[in-house]
Amino acid sequence: MITEYQNIFTQVQVRGPAEMGTDDYGTLTEDRSKSATFSSLTGWLGNAQLGPVNLGMVGIASLFAGVIWFNIVGLSMLAQVGWSIPEFLRQFFWLALEPPSPEYGLRMPPLNDGGWYIIASFFLLVSVMGWWYRSWQLAAEQKMGKHVFWAFGAAIWLFLVLGLFRPILMGSWSEAVPYGIFPHLDWTTAFSIRYGNLYYNPFHCLSIVFLYGSALLFAMHGGTILAVTRYGGDRELEQIVDRGTATERAALFWRWTMGFNATMEGIHRWAWWFAVLTPITGGIGILLTGTVVDNWFIWAQEHNFAPAYDGSYGYDAYGSYEAFIGKE
Amino acid sequence: MLGNWKRLDTWFSTWNKNNPTDIYGPVIVMGTLGGALIAAIALVSLGQPFKTDSMQTGPRGTGMSVPEFVSDLAEPDPGIAAYAAIDTDGDAVAAMRAWTGIPTLFEDEEDYQTIVAHRMIEMTQNINENWDAHVNANGEVGVTCFTCHRGQAVPSGVWYNITPVNQSMAGWSSTQNMATSQSQYTSLPSDALQSYLADYEPIGVHDLDSRVPGVPGQDVAAIQNAERTYSLMNYFANSLGVNCVFCHNSRAFYDAAQVTPQWATASLGIAMVQELNLDYLIPLEEVLPPERLGPVHADAPKLACMTCHKGYQQPLQGTNVIADWPDLATIGASVVD
Repeated sequence: MITEYQNIFTQVQVRGPAEMGTDDYGTLTEDRSKSATFSSLTGWLGNAQLGPVNLGMVGIASLFAGVIWFNIVGLSMLAQVGWSIPEFLRQFFWLALEPPSPEYGLRMPPLNDGGWYIIASFFLLVSVMGWWYRSWQLAAEQKMGKHVFWAFGAAIWLFLVLGLFRPILMGSWSEAVPYGIFPHLDWTTAFSIRYGNLYYNPFHCLSIVFLYGSALLFAMHGGTILAVTRYGGDRELEQIVDRGTATERAALFWRWTMGFNATMEGIHRWAWWFAVLTPITGGIGILLTGTVVDNWFIWAQEHNFAPAYDGSYGYDAYGSYEAFIGKE
Repeated sequence: MLGNWKRLDTWFSTWNKNNPTDIYGPVIVMGTLGGALIAAIALVSLGQPFKTDSMQTGPRGTGMSVPEFVSDLAEPDPGIAAYAAIDTDGDAVAAMRAWTGIPTLFEDEEDYQTIVAHRMIEMTQNINENWDAHVNANGEVGVTCFTCHRGQAVPSGVWYNITPVNQSMAGWSSTQNMATSQSQYTSLPSDALQSYLADYEPIGVHDLDSRVPGVPGQDVAAIQNAERTYSLMNYFANSLGVNCVFCHNSRAFYDAAQVTPQWATASLGIAMVQELNLDYLIPLEEVLPPERLGPVHADAPKLACMTCHKGYQQPLQGTNVIADWPDLATIGASVVD
């Protein structure tokens, strides 16, 4: 009994005729693939049913543009190692398609100095915006709210700030983020250091709060619902309006813990806002960096936000090399 | 025998069936507790095997310290013993032959190695006399041929210009994103030493006001400049066996009011390296044979932090190598008679 609920993977797999989805107008199946299969493996992680998928023309265009972006990036990396597959595998985490050098500003650079980056980025933009449109279209077909669309939009806001809005405001495509594993991390570090330490950017602070907060809320919510599944707590949506013993116990647990509890509805609004505010505040912080504030540490000192301490304090307590290596 | 065994098997199985006992729970609990107890006893009696020590470099509470494994600290730089083993009874020529591992040095005045050696003696005298504030910042240490050479004709830690690192790209795309010794095996630019220690590019990238207008890379430093500076700083850290906070308060890297005393010594070191490369080493391109020149641009070997420091905060861990060789510390003194 206990092990039934305390398990890493989904324990219940529903098998029946495949659910092919609604078709209110008699035309909606045109955009869907025809068949559906079942897989025990996917059942461990979620629904065992695989398909049908509803790509539609926009979805196909989005995938097509995404594949072009992917190939431009990959082939550029391959060209940089002289088309050597072993060297490509060896250097893969180091390689990148870089934005143009700064001297080109917002002009179109030569293909081998950021030109391919601009072309690839255009296709990535088409791909992402197409996928964004799908999240509206599919929700509309199901007569759903557009919450996923707006949440994805929040992530796209940060994406556009990094690759489009901020480079334009800075007057240089060279400010965009390289497409590469280590290089985009280098960009992140260099961006922080160049602009005087991003940790003193209050919007960066907010973004971290919402990011860590999202993880905390997710763990609290997931843990709570799994803990009351034995009382039917996983039927969360019904219990928004018809609280059962599961909801009462979960609510009581948190009220006893901290005097306050979310509701079956409210917890999902908490989660949605925390998730969405992470890239929204982060994007604002990035957009202000270099455009409005060029040195966040100095900005923080001007606004009494960074504490000052006497740099000479405790010099006598500092270690000497001789003592450190034991020669004193 | 088989019959007996079967009978034993039967009563054993029957007994077990009638007396179900959870043996796994207690075994796991006892194993975990016992293992933890043994580990705790071993730690207390034998000590932490990977013990570290740290050298404080900044105000308390700021996390500014350089950590090292105690086992590494206990082991002195092997160069110290190698240096002490070379005893030529005051014979400078014999000493220089041993220090550089070139037994025929100074025999033939036409030989390129001898020509280079005369230049290097002038360089050593310049370092010891004019760069006293860097070399002897913590007490008399000085440098001799051995500081860099360590018994080898070509010192370890010399460098050549190796960019572009790929042939298919131009601009900043052609100097980075490749694991090379000069990028410190990061994807940062590989031209930091060439740019800063030979070409005098500005190292600092920060704006010293909260708002400074301008286009990156044209009026103000670009992110790419910051990446290249970061590459140089990685080189510094690896060459000296230290981290960022040996010189900087990492909350404000640029702020001269928050740096450590070592920052000033290191800044002098940058200026010293630039002068030595420009005045002594790059001109050797005319003298050195092709096999001593760089693999990409056939440029002269150049020096930087690693060439002397070899991973230690002070070369040879602060061993005084100049006390016995005053001629090497005096510009114009004749070392080879």
